[in-house]
Amino acid sequence: MTQFSRRQFLAAGGSVSLAVAMSGCSTPIGSSLTGAQPSTADVIFWHLFGGGDGENMATMIEAYRESSGTSVESSLLSWGNPFYTKLALSTASGRPPDVTVAHLSRVPLLAQAELLEPVADQFAAAGITEDKFTPAAWEKATVDGTTYAVPIDTHPFVLYYNTELAQQAGLLDETGENLKPMRNSDDFVATLQAMKDSTGNEYAAVASITVDPSTCWRLFLMTYSGLAGPIVEDLGTRVTIDRAAMEESFAFLQGLTGDLGLMPRTATSTTSSTLFSNGEVGFLFDGVWQIPTYREVESLDFNVVPFPALLGPEPVAYADSHALVVPTSPGRSAARTEDAVRFVKGLLDQSSTWADGGHVPAWLPVQESEEFLELQPQSNYTEAAFNAVYDPPGWYTGAGSDFQTAMGSVVASVLTGATDPAGGVDALTSSLQTFSTARPPV
Amino acid sequence: MTATALPAPRTGVEVGDRAATAGKPPRSENRAGWLFATPFLALYLAFLIGPVVIGLLISLFNTTTVRSGIGSWVGFSNYADVLTNADFWASMWHSALFTLLTTPILVLLPLLFAVLVSRLARGQWFYRLAFFAPYVVPSAAVCLIFAFMYTPETGLITNAFGWFGLTAPDFFGSTSGAWFAVVLLTVWWTFGFNFILYTAAIQEISEEVYEAAALDGAGPWQQIRMITVPMLRPTIGLVLILQVLSSLKVFDQIYILLTGGPNYTTRPVIQYIFDTGFSAYRGGYAAAATMVYFVVLVLVSLAWFLVRRRNNSANA
Repeated sequence: MTQFSRRQFLAAGGSVSLAVAMSGCSTPIGSSLTGAQPSTADVIFWHLFGGGDGENMATMIEAYRESSGTSVESSLLSWGNPFYTKLALSTASGRPPDVTVAHLSRVPLLAQAELLEPVADQFAAAGITEDKFTPAAWEKATVDGTTYAVPIDTHPFVLYYNTELAQQAGLLDETGENLKPMRNSDDFVATLQAMKDSTGNEYAAVASITVDPSTCWRLFLMTYSGLAGPIVEDLGTRVTIDRAAMEESFAFLQGLTGDLGLMPRTATSTTSSTLFSNGEVGFLFDGVWQIPTYREVESLDFNVVPFPALLGPEPVAYADSHALVVPTSPGRSAARTEDAVRFVKGLLDQSSTWADGGHVPAWLPVQESEEFLELQPQSNYTEAAFNAVYDPPGWYTGAGSDFQTAMGSVVASVLTGATDPAGGVDALTSSLQTFSTARPPV
Repeated sequence: MTATALPAPRTGVEVGDRAATAGKPPRSENRAGWLFATPFLALYLAFLIGPVVIGLLISLFNTTTVRSGIGSWVGFSNYADVLTNADFWASMWHSALFTLLTTPILVLLPLLFAVLVSRLARGQWFYRLAFFAPYVVPSAAVCLIFAFMYTPETGLITNAFGWFGLTAPDFFGSTSGAWFAVVLLTVWWTFGFNFILYTAAIQEISEEVYEAAALDGAGPWQQIRMITVPMLRPTIGLVLILQVLSSLKVFDQIYILLTGGPNYTTRPVIQYIFDTGFSAYRGGYAAAATMVYFVVLVLVSLAWFLVRRRNNSANA
């Protein structure tokens, strides 16, 4: 009898499926079961760019693919807090991408946790060296003397103005394009006041305050950093707040929305873009990444400049940078690492495409090129990249972190007038206390 | 009870056999039973017992999601940190507050509507469908649609307040507005589940009871008050405990609609666990918070069980 018994049939079926599973090691499913790094392309790349930035990135990747003949598999992961969770988990479990985008403000923790490959030597061999980058960005990419990231841009928090309204208010210099220089907070307030008087509108400027703690935080840290150093040190475990400076910063900002009545106390991102687009305010405080949005508003003629020095002697720009990093992977071959380094260099060379999104290229050969110098308004605020202040290094700080939400919420309550400056200092200190006393993950 | 309906055994021998094995099935049957239960047991071990044990273990270590392995031994200090953390207790309170806000509405309102629908002479199927349909919509879809309707200035619900001469609360910017937004959404979304439970229980009530009551001259209101509601008492108890437990587990709506904002004033405890464990990489700490929360849930269930047992024995 050649007929199978049921038991034999099941046994045969089981061994067939086992064989399939074993032979599947080279497929993504197989490699996820065996814990090996997938190798579906020469370079596996993660980024977090949607919208216009995403299109620019796709153009750059495509151009690199064609010129180098290397295959690149690019995945867009949604931006937000889970991005770094995904990156950390994939790296800790040995299956990271070959290259990924990370914010420089997030690099200290990633480096401390040994999730990033210190590839400075290979980068140097490819011509990626310190002297070719904006110093502030390169410095932020370096942790304890080792460089872990290659910055591709700086995206500062800047001052937008409506050119037409500024002209009417007599705020422009003889070029008819640039704002007259402002040296301190008095000049700045006078400028806003002149705008308000000239337009007769309710407000002179707007920033997104309601449900936008990140914007509040950027505005605050820029103001505060003119007076004092980082608010935490030792990777976030020691609070180093300058109370007087913080109270002064809060008082200044509260004046803008309160007594002086130059800015609305409550404004969502929709409110602020509506007010600025319709010319109901002459100034907008926001990040450079909003430039593409306003470029599409037809009736709006605007320009973008760095903030002047406010409370301190020197101008300060709150900023962050996108950087390219190579996550640690014990199984990555030397050849793959080389491909990764070449890919990073390939993207840097196309920084001018990237600058279209409003970012200042960190790569000096492009930043100093004729092509970029002619790019408006991007080339106006190159200086801001050099005056950049980032989030203080800490395991909980950085772009999209709970820290920014918590700090920004306190700032928002000061801006709306719910908390007085001294109360704001107390609230921020106590909120910082919970972060700094928690057991660090590294 | 069903045993009495079985045909009587024909011979005494068989009766003897049955009696001998009634308490303990034969070994082979026993083995087959375990075999049949294996797929379930394997999944149960892998995805329920396993994670609980791992959770218990790592709650005693400084486990993080940025390093592999379980990290260094920290004893009960994670628990001490959790129990003294104001943010944790704030988020526990938010979960409890959400339960207090939603449970009465979601226990009583579906009861009212189920009773009303049961009195309808025709078209009951339509109302059952209409009330139950929202329940099958995924949470993300519900939240996106409601977020659209809650939008300041342009949203439908925001404008609806204006039709009655009222000013809409700031649904995303103020704490009270945010709670209003999330409770309204939850009531609309999950109303149907309790409604169906009540409807099923109402159908269980025998027609004869109503007929007898009608013969005795009881009107519709008296029938509802004296028959329907008392006969539904066990179901009301069930709905209540199911509702309390599911409200305490709230996460989706608040996370998607508000991400716990403004300023974390609506963040439920599950989001706190998610935030600390995943966003802030502190796996061991988050596991300890989960265990504390787990104990609270067990205590709630236990309290309900004890109350019910006492009621049952009092009735008996």
